[in-house]
Amino acid sequence: MDWGNILGNAVGELISPTTAAYALAAIGLGVHFGYTGLLNFGQAAFMLIGAYGFAIPTIEFGAPLPVAILCALIASVLFALFLGIPTLRLRADYLAIVTIAAAEVVRYIVTTTGLTEVTGAANGLSGFKGTFAASNPLPEGTYGFGPFTYNSYDWWVRIVGWGLVILASVLVFLLMRSPWGRIVKGIREDEDAVRSLGKNVFSYKMQALVMGGVMGSIAGIIFILPRAVQPANYTTGLTFFIWTIMLLGGAATIFGPIIGAMIFWVVLSLTQGVLYGAIESGFLGFLSTTQAGQIRFMLVGLALMLLVIFRPQGIFGNKKELSFSV
Amino acid sequence: MSSDNAAGGTTAPAIPSTHPLVSGTVGPGCAKVDPIVVADGVSRTFGGLTAVDVAHLEIPRGKITALIGPNGAGKTTMFNLLTGFDKPNTGTWNFNGRSLAGVPAFKVARAGMVRTFQLTKSLGRLTVLQNMLLGATKQPGENIFTALVRPLWKSREAEITIKADELLARFKLDAKREDYAASLSGGQRKLLEMARALMSDPELIMLDEPMAGVNPALTQSLLGHIKNLKSDGTSVLFVEHDMHMVTHISDWVIVMAEGKVVAEGPPETVMKDPAVIDAYLGAHHDTDLGDLTGGPDLVEDARAAAEEVHEHKHHEEDKS
Ligand SMILES: Nc1ncnc2c1ncn2[C@@H]1O[C@H](COP(=O)(O)OP(=O)(O)OP(=O)(O)O)[C@@H](O)[C@H]1O
Ligand SMILES: [Mg+2]
Repeated sequence: MDWGNILGNAVGELISPTTAAYALAAIGLGVHFGYTGLLNFGQAAFMLIGAYGFAIPTIEFGAPLPVAILCALIASVLFALFLGIPTLRLRADYLAIVTIAAAEVVRYIVTTTGLTEVTGAANGLSGFKGTFAASNPLPEGTYGFGPFTYNSYDWWVRIVGWGLVILASVLVFLLMRSPWGRIVKGIREDEDAVRSLGKNVFSYKMQALVMGGVMGSIAGIIFILPRAVQPANYTTGLTFFIWTIMLLGGAATIFGPIIGAMIFWVVLSLTQGVLYGAIESGFLGFLSTTQAGQIRFMLVGLALMLLVIFRPQGIFGNKKELSFSV
Repeated sequence: MSSDNAAGGTTAPAIPSTHPLVSGTVGPGCAKVDPIVVADGVSRTFGGLTAVDVAHLEIPRGKITALIGPNGAGKTTMFNLLTGFDKPNTGTWNFNGRSLAGVPAFKVARAGMVRTFQLTKSLGRLTVLQNMLLGATKQPGENIFTALVRPLWKSREAEITIKADELLARFKLDAKREDYAASLSGGQRKLLEMARALMSDPELIMLDEPMAGVNPALTQSLLGHIKNLKSDGTSVLFVEHDMHMVTHISDWVIVMAEGKVVAEGPPETVMKDPAVIDAYLGAHHDTDLGDLTGGPDLVEDARAAAEEVHEHKHHEEDKS
């Protein structure tokens, strides 16, 4: 087993754009669930809408970078309104049902062959990176040291991705220490009480839903910058990874989603390296690499269960402020 | 609307009388000289059960009004309807002359009519202080954009924090200021909820069993606070089962039974009203409700008796 390589890959995940994308999506989900108590089980759909909302205008109309980003943002706002208007007046569980269903619906829509011209159906989309690459101020070449050696484009994706993660964290921090944050946290605890104090609960829930959704869609853009758009990436599995990350770090915390995403990806990378290494060296000869890949995600499920049972508040969560009794 | 307001068998009519709060004669649904809330034809059914069926009701302004009645009389449902937390089948009502029928709960609260809940709704994972601050109005920081810039809301935050601390001290919760509300005892949560409702300086505060579970010593001081509210010009409507408290602080008592207003009057006389005794005690006419002062056992007995009669009556209805 090449331990140097395994560890190098794992450490590289710390600052990978994928980790940044998952962290950002988890920050958005934290706004939904951790702070406002909204059960959004469709965060993958917001990421999907961000990805396609950015890629389609770029490919189809040659939209400049800011326009393509704006398209993705507007699409996710509309999606949030579409989900929220009928459900946010109802009990919390309805949002959960509607989001999980809506996420599957949008995934099937982009996968239908009837839309191959636009969405690429099951093959997805590629060739949308030009405008982003053109915005790169870094000179050509390869920089860095050890496992953190990347070319100019890869650095630019990382810088932008993590810059956005920091921006979102600051935004959440500023909001949650304000009276606005007090209201959404109040809604999480008991929305009737907040209503009885003269606050327009529906409007605040909608604001939170839109904000977390927009973060999800920006995460969707970051997610596709190092790869192609693949509809198969946006299953409910993705949503549950985001949930795992958020709960791992602590649902209503600033650093939780970031550290959660780092741990999630480092551990996935480590287990993959170790399992594959063991298979290659004949140690786990009875397993195929595909099976090993699946085992990793079984471990994720197991980790989530253990987390919920033994540390429901997450790593950063306040023990007194248990985030599990919605 | 049924004219047979006095539920049950008594035929003795209420002695026609007048009262300074009332324009006309005192009786169920009588008009007030200066009402703050006027309700007409409000009804609410749950399946086959008519929880509230109030033909006319007026709450006097600037007074302490008690809403009493046996368990299941429809008091909480009436609160829910008036404050927009539930929708009636029929009916209109207005507050300060402004119609509030169909108005969402948060707008009712903003109009100055703030209620508390029988089953306390403290915000567990907010601190006691945060609970209080949430009750305050006119906070610029509640807008998502101004919220980002602290200087825009800092001064208002300081103002309402001072106010919250005053109220917390008054309600003996100052030591709990930084604790999570979830860590409070049941009685303390009642207090917190009441204090929180006062943060907005409501014109009418509606308290659903504010003293349930609060210890007698504190009850005494709270009675004082409620009286102070009145002298500050706040109207109070409260639901309470403790007859002692009712007679002690209320200026006016409204009695509900089986969804209807069966009697109204000043506390001294309403306890002697046959309709009230009947609603509470049924056949046990020899007991004077006025005697049910303080002793929780007696009140419990009365409640139990009333419930028994309640069931008894349904049996008879079933038979006939
Ligand atoms: N959501 C509901 N669904 C069905 N029935 C209800 C509902 N809310 C109240 N009721 C019924 O309406 C009637 C009045 O209930 P309500 O809570 O208003 O009584 P109350 O006067 O507040 O009694 P208590 O003194 O025990 O609090 C009861 O018979 C109750 O069972
Ligand atoms: Mg009640």
